[in-house]
Amino acid sequence: MTAAIPRNGHDGNQDGGHEHGAPYQPVFVGARRQELDELFTKYPTKMACLLPALWIVQDERGWVSEEAMAEVADVLELTPAYVKGVVTFYTMYNQHPVGKYLIQVCTTSPCNVCGAENVVGAFLQQTGCGELGVTSADGKYTVIEVECLGACGFATPVMINEGFVESVTPEKVPQILAGLD
Amino acid sequence: MGYPNPVSPQETPVLSQYFGNQETISLDGWRKVGGYAALQKALGMTPAEIVDVVKASGLRGRGGAGFPTGVKWSFMKPGDGRPHYLCCNADESEPGTFKDREIMRWTPHALVEGCAIGSYAIGAETCYIYIRGEFTEPLLRVRQAIKEAYDAGILGANAMGTGKRIDIIVHKGAGAYICGEETALMNSIEGRRGNPRIKPPFPAVSGLFAQPTTINNVETLAAVPHIINRGADWYKSMCLSNPKSTGSKLFSVCGNIARPGNYEVVLGFSFKEFLYDLCGGPPKGRSFKAVIPGGISVPIQTMEEAEATKMDYEGFIEQGSMLGSGGVIVFDDQQSMVKQIARAARFFAHESCAQCTQCREGTAWTTRILERIRDGEGTAEDLDTLLLIADNMTGKTICVLSDSCATPVVSGIKKFRSEFEALIKKTTFHPVTAAVA
Repeated sequence: MTAAIPRNGHDGNQDGGHEHGAPYQPVFVGARRQELDELFTKYPTKMACLLPALWIVQDERGWVSEEAMAEVADVLELTPAYVKGVVTFYTMYNQHPVGKYLIQVCTTSPCNVCGAENVVGAFLQQTGCGELGVTSADGKYTVIEVECLGACGFATPVMINEGFVESVTPEKVPQILAGLD
Repeated sequence: MGYPNPVSPQETPVLSQYFGNQETISLDGWRKVGGYAALQKALGMTPAEIVDVVKASGLRGRGGAGFPTGVKWSFMKPGDGRPHYLCCNADESEPGTFKDREIMRWTPHALVEGCAIGSYAIGAETCYIYIRGEFTEPLLRVRQAIKEAYDAGILGANAMGTGKRIDIIVHKGAGAYICGEETALMNSIEGRRGNPRIKPPFPAVSGLFAQPTTINNVETLAAVPHIINRGADWYKSMCLSNPKSTGSKLFSVCGNIARPGNYEVVLGFSFKEFLYDLCGGPPKGRSFKAVIPGGISVPIQTMEEAEATKMDYEGFIEQGSMLGSGGVIVFDDQQSMVKQIARAARFFAHESCAQCTQCREGTAWTTRILERIRDGEGTAEDLDTLLLIADNMTGKTICVLSDSCATPVVSGIKKFRSEFEALIKKTTFHPVTAAVA
């Protein structure tokens, strides 16, 4: 099945809260602050709210900047270095801005034997990214390889932002990309 | 059901009965098919009675280790005055495995019900379901199911009107295979890097937030309501081979096979029938070469071994492998085993948490050597070096990720040595032969 591909909440201008050198705008204000306060009721320690808090940052900004890490550290009573240590451990927190559509292609063994490398090639070529991890000139796409997405029977699964497309072949790539515009 | 394929008469759909069914996703739909009757029944029993039923059923952990679930639960001592926790491991990230994903997508309430029964049985007021970040759709479905269950009074301070408190909270992972290891999972919930912890202390003594904790896989917990409803004897009667392996089990099948998907069979089923009849055999015009039957961490089987296997915990061991998580990866005659083993090693190198030297260095060295051989630049000593590194990586680290990387390498070299040698010989300079020529 092909899930609908939602867009990122942000709109291409992924600056981590800066507008061309303007001061950092905090994430945890208003409704986002309320979300955080609700998290505090679900865990016995503030530290345990770290992963969910980072998800809130990424949802809001599209990536997790150093300034955002400092803000998270502040609200959770941790050090920025500790927060950075955790951010860098997990692959899903973007430490740099990514394209409006982050395309993650699974290439682990079960998908590899079903031709995942060709799917990666098709995305790289047709998005104009050319290289893994490089955002296309129009800021629209970033393509990366990812380890096992846990949908091996539907090779090759591809994650596009929060959406999941199953059984992707190189032939289906043009249609998938057209559906994003 | 061999979702997305139609159900086969040889299957025994218990957990997968409603896969692909849109109706049973919601609370109303789930109740129509008897949902939450088991929880109601369980809340009328004592925790010890529930543990005894689960023990008697023979249910064993479906995440990979196969530890008896009832015995694991009995390590918890309800009423000792400390907070207890249940963690549901929904981090399903073992390559080849995608069964928990379908349980959460189609029957999220089965998991919620299993978690609620498990929580009550071990005296836990709070259960965290740790779902990997990539599972966006299953995560939404489980969150929705939990919300429905709270709104209906099934969960919360007065669960099903019994005055007992059961809370279930979803914790979203952020991309780390190692967080499927139970102690790494607990660290991740605590807001730490997902580094596994040294055991002992075991989680039942000092686990999440240093309190008594039990960690169970999604499939294990989803089986519990069926056992409570239909009894331990019914569950135990599902057994085709070894009496230590009871019940039905989901197997995820992928790779080079005609009909990939999830299949549910009674433990002890013939692996040959499974591969050729249920899954339709190899893709047209190809033949099978090898199988990794329990997720990428278990030893590779030759087809001779696979075809002689009874699909249960003991049966896979007898035929040189392990049941693991039930993620069956099939390779056909077009695949280079060297390339595939190198790819598996790269996966482990990427996923090593890097706290143990043997794993951090070993997974990286193994990958580099295997990729060198794959690219035709291997040397005559490489196979011995790989086996030496594998030996240094086995049984010497905090968790078994290191062992898991060594496993396909050792079993691959043992069972498909000629493929490695063929690639090495191509480029190795043989002085004697060269002189004669």
